Amino acid sequence: RRLCILKGIYPHEPKHKKKVNKGSTAPRTFYLLKDIKFLLHEPIVNKFREYKVFVRKLRKAYGKSEWSTVERLKENKPTYKLDHIVKERYPTFIDALRDLDDALSMCFLFSTFPRTGKCHVQTIQLCRRLAVEFQNYVIASRSLRKVFLSIKGIYYQAEVLGQPVTWITPYAFAHDHPTDVDYRVMATFTEFYTTLLGFVNFRLYHSLNLLYPPKIDSQADAELKPMEGKEYAMDSESYLERLSALSSSLARVVAPTHEDEVEMDEFPVEGETAEQMDAKKKEQEALEKHKKLFEGLRFFLNREVPREPLAFVIRSFGGQVSWDKSLCIGATYDASDPSITHHIIDRPRVEQQVVGRYYLQPQWVFDSVNAKLCLPVADYFPGVLLPPHLSPFVTEQEGDYVPPEKLKLLALQRGENPDEESEEEEEEEEEEEDDNDKEEEEEDESEKEEEMKLKKMEEQKTQSNRALPVKVTAGKVRVEDKQRLEQEQQSEEKRLAIMMMKKREKYLYKKIMFGKKRKVREANKLAAKRKAHDTALREEKKKSKKAQRA
Amino acid sequence: PLPSVPLQDIRNTVGNIPMEWYQDFPHIGYNLDGRKIYKPIRNKDELDMFLEKMENPDYWRTVQDRMTGADVRLTDEQVELVQRLQKGQFGDVNFDPYEPAVDFFTHEVMIHPVTNRPADKRSFIPSLVEKEKVSKLVHAIKMGWIKPRKPKDDTPAYYDLWAHEDPNSILGRHKMHVPAPKLRLPGHEESYNPPPEYLLSEEERLAWEQQEPAERRLNFVPQQHRCLRAVPAYPRFIHERFERCLDLYLCPRQRKMRVNVDPEDLIPKLPKPRDLQPFPTTQALVRGWQRGNFRCQGVTGCQGIAGSDDGTVRFWEVSTARCMRTLPVGAVVKSVAWNPNPTLCLVAVAVEQSVLLVNPCLGDKLLYGATDQLLESYVPPEEERVQPVQWVPPSAEEHGKGIRLIVQHSKPVKQVTWHGKGDYFASVVSDTSSRQVLIHQSSKRWSQAPFQRSKGLVQCVSFHPTRPFFFVATQRYVRVYNLLKQELTKKLMSNCKWVSSMAIHPGGDNVICGSYDSKLAWFDLDLSTRPYQLLRHHRRALRSVAFHRHYPLFASGSDDGTVIVCHGMVYNDLLQNPLLVPVKVLKGHVLTLDLGVLDVLFHPTQPWVFSSGADGTVRLYT
Repeated sequence: RRLCILKGIYPHEPKHKKKVNKGSTAPRTFYLLKDIKFLLHEPIVNKFREYKVFVRKLRKAYGKSEWSTVERLKENKPTYKLDHIVKERYPTFIDALRDLDDALSMCFLFSTFPRTGKCHVQTIQLCRRLAVEFQNYVIASRSLRKVFLSIKGIYYQAEVLGQPVTWITPYAFAHDHPTDVDYRVMATFTEFYTTLLGFVNFRLYHSLNLLYPPKIDSQADAELKPMEGKEYAMDSESYLERLSALSSSLARVVAPTHEDEVEMDEFPVEGETAEQMDAKKKEQEALEKHKKLFEGLRFFLNREVPREPLAFVIRSFGGQVSWDKSLCIGATYDASDPSITHHIIDRPRVEQQVVGRYYLQPQWVFDSVNAKLCLPVADYFPGVLLPPHLSPFVTEQEGDYVPPEKLKLLALQRGENPDEESEEEEEEEEEEEDDNDKEEEEEDESEKEEEMKLKKMEEQKTQSNRALPVKVTAGKVRVEDKQRLEQEQQSEEKRLAIMMMKKREKYLYKKIMFGKKRKVREANKLAAKRKAHDTALREEKKKSKKAQRA
Repeated sequence: PLPSVPLQDIRNTVGNIPMEWYQDFPHIGYNLDGRKIYKPIRNKDELDMFLEKMENPDYWRTVQDRMTGADVRLTDEQVELVQRLQKGQFGDVNFDPYEPAVDFFTHEVMIHPVTNRPADKRSFIPSLVEKEKVSKLVHAIKMGWIKPRKPKDDTPAYYDLWAHEDPNSILGRHKMHVPAPKLRLPGHEESYNPPPEYLLSEEERLAWEQQEPAERRLNFVPQQHRCLRAVPAYPRFIHERFERCLDLYLCPRQRKMRVNVDPEDLIPKLPKPRDLQPFPTTQALVRGWQRGNFRCQGVTGCQGIAGSDDGTVRFWEVSTARCMRTLPVGAVVKSVAWNPNPTLCLVAVAVEQSVLLVNPCLGDKLLYGATDQLLESYVPPEEERVQPVQWVPPSAEEHGKGIRLIVQHSKPVKQVTWHGKGDYFASVVSDTSSRQVLIHQSSKRWSQAPFQRSKGLVQCVSFHPTRPFFFVATQRYVRVYNLLKQELTKKLMSNCKWVSSMAIHPGGDNVICGSYDSKLAWFDLDLSTRPYQLLRHHRRALRSVAFHRHYPLFASGSDDGTVIVCHGMVYNDLLQNPLLVPVKVLKGHVLTLDLGVLDVLFHPTQPWVFSSGADGTVRLYT
């Protein structure tokens, strides 16, 4: 199992299940024979065996309480490396980047585990270090694109060398460890992922001309020292200690590594844009703009705000960030600093407000990043009911349901004035939806229309015997009828043609149509819900207004 | 023992034992005389204790001696000692823990030894024990049991692994490596503060909870939190990562080709029904009677007949739907057929065990007069031939009704059908023997059973319109016999479970079969013995099928109450396959007792279709 995980061998679905399974159709997993043979040739198998022998010897020595033997055995503990497996599984660097999603999520998860039980402390520390290093890289290269606060955790998406890399980090709470999870499997995965991530980090740092393992810039170091005082001096005594300090606190690394690198970064990029075509240039400019979203802004995080994700996001868009000194080391300026422009706070009220800065809820940062522009701050003041937080990963296609907030946002991005037009748009949107509804109804009706037609015929027959109806209305009806008849005819033709389809094609067609209809139904349902909600809100408002008047 | 207690006063004679052992006794040990030494009487209750605490100034320094049970008042020295010990100081007041240390040994080598003891002998001779240990180690090293210490690995843990990467290199082992699919990205509903429409309503939440975890479309309940501070940890986070891990190494991977077709492209391009006119499109006539479901019908030019379950045959006019005659026959009419010969006016009616040849006496007087004459001109042959059936002339009363001849079978008759010339007719008897099918000649009043053996339950039979072929449909096959050569020419596999009806194209090369499993099979006799096309248009069992005599149309009536009219063009060119296009779905019949349309029939000249249903109506679509 461990080998399969490390080598990335997965079962295969055989083409002829019955043939392979000796005639039975019971569900079994099948591996390719080639894969199994391939696993047997792996040199790491021998290493694993050695390790097993070592463990056995050690246990024996412990049992006999031969401590010197234990010592000796421990000194010669066999080690193995996964380098060649990484190289083999990912022959090119791009391949490795493509598969980085799971590695990052796993490392971030493991780095939040407590240092006791469950898995080795070294693994946790390594994970933490690698995760921090990767975050530093993202900050230095400013490659973060999207952030999403979900109820599961925080999703980040960065664009590393043109590859979108998405990972999720849990919220910083203690985990209650489930009992039905096999931690050994996860540990094996993590073992491989840490190796992979280490090499990827190395390469990424070198691509930015950064030192690996990361070192704090000496100039920034000097800046920091007087502020930090003794704690920091202690850390910088020896390289190893410093490294461990790096891994333990992200923020301190964040500040310095980045600042000297930005300039280096920009020159080549600008040179390229000049050569490229206009469309690309525009895109690039937008990207550049997005990258410098928070440039020149100075943030201060209140202590109840989750520091790490916010600091990471703000720094990776060029903002400067600080926090209370007692919260974590690495704070660069104080809360009373007059140059602070944005104060992130998550309390319903602010006790003492300082003039000249915005007091905002943390969602503003994330929403601004996703919207690629600094959103108007009015919606995000402390204690205000926040606008919904939308997922940046959803790209609406035609026919999908688009929440009105998203439309507002799109309008904002286009540079329109949001307050006036948003409502109109909402209305438009609603109208559109209505149209959709109508169309759908028509579709539904088309099935019934044959019967309707017949009924009409009969009615007409019966009517012809009786007195004629009023003429004006009859004329009106006819106009509609013509269109309607045409439609009916077309739909009937279609239905007849569908009858003649082959069995397989018919199945496929029905499936596709079912999927489409379901989609439309869901969108309509959401729209209806929204409408109901809005009307309820409006009524409440009216009521409250009336109450106020009274 | 406390020092203040004088030696002779020791009253504890039991020794240093746990005093709990004497807990329940009134005494502690015995004196030298063997008398019990009693404990001091302690009968103080809480109140006494409290009073003593209040009154006795030495209460705080009174301690109970566990050994004797007596109260002891501590002296000042003892109190001081206790206080010192409590502070963590030495008990002895005079002890100074911070005396200046005098170095006993110095770093300077002195000329005299510190002690005057002579050196041991063992310091001169090598130790045997050590020698043994060393030799053991040496032996172990020699034998390879103990490995020398490995040199420390100095190479850095991470280096540029992809320094010499080959962009064209593929994965070593498979060319067909399937990279793991990425996880689905979260949508709006996963947000901590989603738009209100994404939150589940009460019913949806209940439905979500009742679903199996594997069936749920969302594996979480959308929740709304007012601010980021209020967001809790997600309890299933580790689970989800673990499931992802399991998926990565336990799930079979497969490349699934996503069919990306426009559904409109799948619809076959067919000629428009409008271009294939004429065909019946609307219901023109409904003729309903109160009773009976009409099993069968027949039609010539302007008159239609309908046989019903209530034991009557009704003759009605096509143009006005007026019922012209009702002929009671006294039993369920299974089948009626109009003689196709235009010079005759004769109807064959299958009733119970007999086939009646009826002259309806309608229409042209000359015509039905001639028919009567023809039937009466029969001269019985000299010698009686053995016949499987009896030809009985009707009684006078029956003759008055119009019945001209009665062919008495031994078993109930299911179906009767005419040959194209109008002289021969065939009847199907519900029987399992070889005499299921009988062929009769009306002019000679002579009949025969053509088959020696039965090949299964015969459903229906029919004559080839032009050539001497005879089609017999059994449950699953249609057999084609050559009547002249008296041999089987073809056997058509219908691919259906149970054939219900059959019709033959007027050209004679194409046959359609309706079946109870709602399929309609079109056979091209020139092509193969398998159906050229199987049409699954109806939702329920097919009851009857019919071809039009001139127009390229065929119709099928089914239990779902619809009649589907299809365009079935047969080309004279043998290379071109027939073109089948459904052109119209005719509705109108009401389902009664799960039966819909029982019989369909085309008008012999006009593109009209008649259908009779179980709801007691006959409908005409034009």
